[in-house]
Amino acid sequence: METVIIIVAGVLVTVATYLLLSKNLIRVILGTAILTHAVHLLLMAMGGFKGESVPIISDKHTTYVDALPQALILTSIVISFAVTAFFLVLAYQVYKRTNTDDLSKLRGYRHE
Amino acid sequence: MLTINLAILLPFLAALFILLFLRRFRRFHIGWFVLIIPAILFALLLRQIPNIANGKTLIHQINWIPSFDINFISYLDGLSLVFGLLITGIGTLVVLYSIYYLSTEQSLVHFYIYLLLFMGSMLGVVFSDHLMVLYVFWELTSISSFLLIAYWYQRKGSRYGAKKALHITVLGGFAMLIGFLMLYVVTGTFSIREIIETIHLYKDHSLMTPMIIFILLGAFTKSAQFPFHIWLPDAMEAPTPISAYLHSATMVKAGIYVVARFTPVFGGEALWFWLVSSIGLLTLFWGSFTAIRQTDLKALLAYSTISQLGLIMTLFGIGSLSLHPDIHVESVLYTQAVFAALFHLVNHSTFKGTLFMVIGIIDYQIGTRDLRRLGGLISFMPISFTIAMIGSFSMAGLPPFNGFLSKEMFFTAILHLKDFDFFSIQTFAGIFPVVAWIASVFTFIYSMMIVFQTFFGPYKEQPGVEAKEASFGMLIPPVTLSALVVLIFFFPNILGDYVIKPAVLSVYPGVTNEMIGSISLWHGFNKELLMTIGIIILGIILYIYRTYFKKVYIAFPRNISFDTLYNNALEFTDRLAKGITNFYMTGYLRHYVMYIFLFFIIVLGGSLYYLGAFTFSLNNDQPVHPFVWMIASTIVIAGMTIFFAKTRLTAILVNGYIGFAIAMLFVLFRAPDLALTQLVVETVTTALFLLCFYFLPEWEKTKVVRKVKMTNIVISISVGTIFTLIALSVKSGKLFRSISAYFENADELAGGKNIVNTILGDFRAFDTMLEVIVLFIAGIGVYTLIKYTNNKGVEKLEDK
Repeated sequence: METVIIIVAGVLVTVATYLLLSKNLIRVILGTAILTHAVHLLLMAMGGFKGESVPIISDKHTTYVDALPQALILTSIVISFAVTAFFLVLAYQVYKRTNTDDLSKLRGYRHE
Repeated sequence: MLTINLAILLPFLAALFILLFLRRFRRFHIGWFVLIIPAILFALLLRQIPNIANGKTLIHQINWIPSFDINFISYLDGLSLVFGLLITGIGTLVVLYSIYYLSTEQSLVHFYIYLLLFMGSMLGVVFSDHLMVLYVFWELTSISSFLLIAYWYQRKGSRYGAKKALHITVLGGFAMLIGFLMLYVVTGTFSIREIIETIHLYKDHSLMTPMIIFILLGAFTKSAQFPFHIWLPDAMEAPTPISAYLHSATMVKAGIYVVARFTPVFGGEALWFWLVSSIGLLTLFWGSFTAIRQTDLKALLAYSTISQLGLIMTLFGIGSLSLHPDIHVESVLYTQAVFAALFHLVNHSTFKGTLFMVIGIIDYQIGTRDLRRLGGLISFMPISFTIAMIGSFSMAGLPPFNGFLSKEMFFTAILHLKDFDFFSIQTFAGIFPVVAWIASVFTFIYSMMIVFQTFFGPYKEQPGVEAKEASFGMLIPPVTLSALVVLIFFFPNILGDYVIKPAVLSVYPGVTNEMIGSISLWHGFNKELLMTIGIIILGIILYIYRTYFKKVYIAFPRNISFDTLYNNALEFTDRLAKGITNFYMTGYLRHYVMYIFLFFIIVLGGSLYYLGAFTFSLNNDQPVHPFVWMIASTIVIAGMTIFFAKTRLTAILVNGYIGFAIAMLFVLFRAPDLALTQLVVETVTTALFLLCFYFLPEWEKTKVVRKVKMTNIVISISVGTIFTLIALSVKSGKLFRSISAYFENADELAGGKNIVNTILGDFRAFDTMLEVIVLFIAGIGVYTLIKYTNNKGVEKLEDK
């Protein structure tokens, strides 16, 4: 199962990279969001899927799924949400001020 | 008892004290406080003279970075004592002088902090036994010199001179660092004492030649040797006390110190001898020749300093010969050269310090130091005239001043060079005395120019200036120094026996006290005296006909010089750096992201491939759940769809789908917390995207150039592939045991049944707290961006 998940993550990274290289602002932000998904899958796969039970201690089970990657991913989901929200507002402001969402037109000053 | 380590630290502590406490007292002249520091240190070093003269040395060690074998070892022997006395002694006088030279209206805090910084680092250079510590202090002297030259930073010349000095000396410093590292590689130790003891084992090492060149580069740049001398005249933009202190008495002698310190290491090597003595001789000649051309008194003194440093360098070159393995009997003669070098070093500090201070006084009182606008000051400034005369005549090598003694010894050393029959010296031995003699004639001429053009002839009145003698306090330091100039002539052996002999002994560990002769005033009518008489006669003739003589300089146009070379090199580097930066800093996000990805592909992928790190095995894999197959394949399909999405709505929805599918996967992976969070966050994110979708324009059907598109595809597929390969390799080879078992005690340790929750809320609670802060900051960012309605940015963009 790990191999399959890693390959899915690999495909998502390819897509995300392609989006990051494009010059449309929304596409770039989508790229970062998808990259986060890929990383979550990777973390999950690295932890392995050996355990039998959810990581909630009870008398019925003795082995649990690795809880550490889950804690990491939980943190990451929240942070990436904050980052995406910030990016989106930034994109909105950029468009409002410059009237374009084309990154190749947003080059600032030549000699700064 | 004050240790030597503390002596190095004292100036730094004083600088800190000024910064913390004294900066508020605007009306108090901080100089009076600063004056105490070098005076105390000078007295302490004076007390060490009897010990050192008896052959003792002082060592103090503080372990600094023991794991890298870097320790703060201070070492006081004869050689470092000479320099220490110069630094603190001249330092005391210079500080006293500066109290009268600078008024409280100037930024004294800066001045004295820089000065103390320099004093401390210079003491560090001469007292360090450890090569790395020496190097650090060495660079600190360059930096403090930079700061002091640029003290009047409002002037363009100051900034130019400061930058030039920094460029050249730091360049040499780097070279020296390379040399030191090579020395470490060869000998396995950073301690100079240990290197001196073991160096004879490595005389045939292949790194010997580059090592000598690199270390000498450091010494030559610092001591303003030809062709690196060009920074010193521009450094004269500094206040005169600084020129007297750093750029004549102490810092420029750091290079000479290094040459002296490393003479026991490299002495006897042909390359060392040739480089040190020939560059020294060339500098001696060129400096004195160029000095005559100057009209600015300080520039004249700068060139004269360059020339005198060359003289000392030459003597050290000759002195290194006595360490040649085949020399036994004659060695005494060549050690005498080092004796002469150190003697002249001290003498130069006294007479040059005097001259700088006098010129500072003239500049201060008259308002100019241009020779063409000066003259006839003798009746207004009789004391200044007397000390200027003492300094100049000593520099010219006339009795009864100390310069005469060391000049005679210099001639003795250089005349005996022909007795040496290695390194094919005899072929060239004839040139040395001739060049030295001609240079001395020039020295005589410019020394006379200082005295006679300034103080004799018709008085040229400067508008609004009434010529009068300087204040008493300002005269004390130069008078003291000029008194020394005379005293050393009459009692040279007090200095020679107690200070210079121990220094010579530390340059030649094998030599005993009795082998070094003492200084005598009268040698009889020998060649040296005849040379001096010749200098005086020819010098006077050339001085009288100097207007004719100066026509020689037409042959050396000003636009072909090392200065021009430096300026052009600087300009070229500027343009090159600008070109390179403009080449890759294109302003396109796409390019910057591309650099990162290309680095990832080429360096990371390449090196892992090269190391054979890619592995693959299915051994640890769990069987794939049928639902996972289904969801995974839909994620892949959804991902592909984004590639071809024509409208932004499709792309956003597909992104949302991927997020929800991953939430489903979390359910299958037995991660209920993740699934819940992912569902909530994905919903809100999609909503946010759609909100933006409302404000942002529809995707234009832009024609993407085929080549660009292909590049993007190739890069993204490579990145994806390498990512997958690395992940698979990591998965296939588990190197460490999982640490997660620790958290399974959650109930006992944290009192919670949900392991993920206890990790976030208890085990790693600090991380979670900081995460909340990140969220908070992002929230502030979002809020301000929405509320921010300043229109300045818009105008700027339109201006373009």
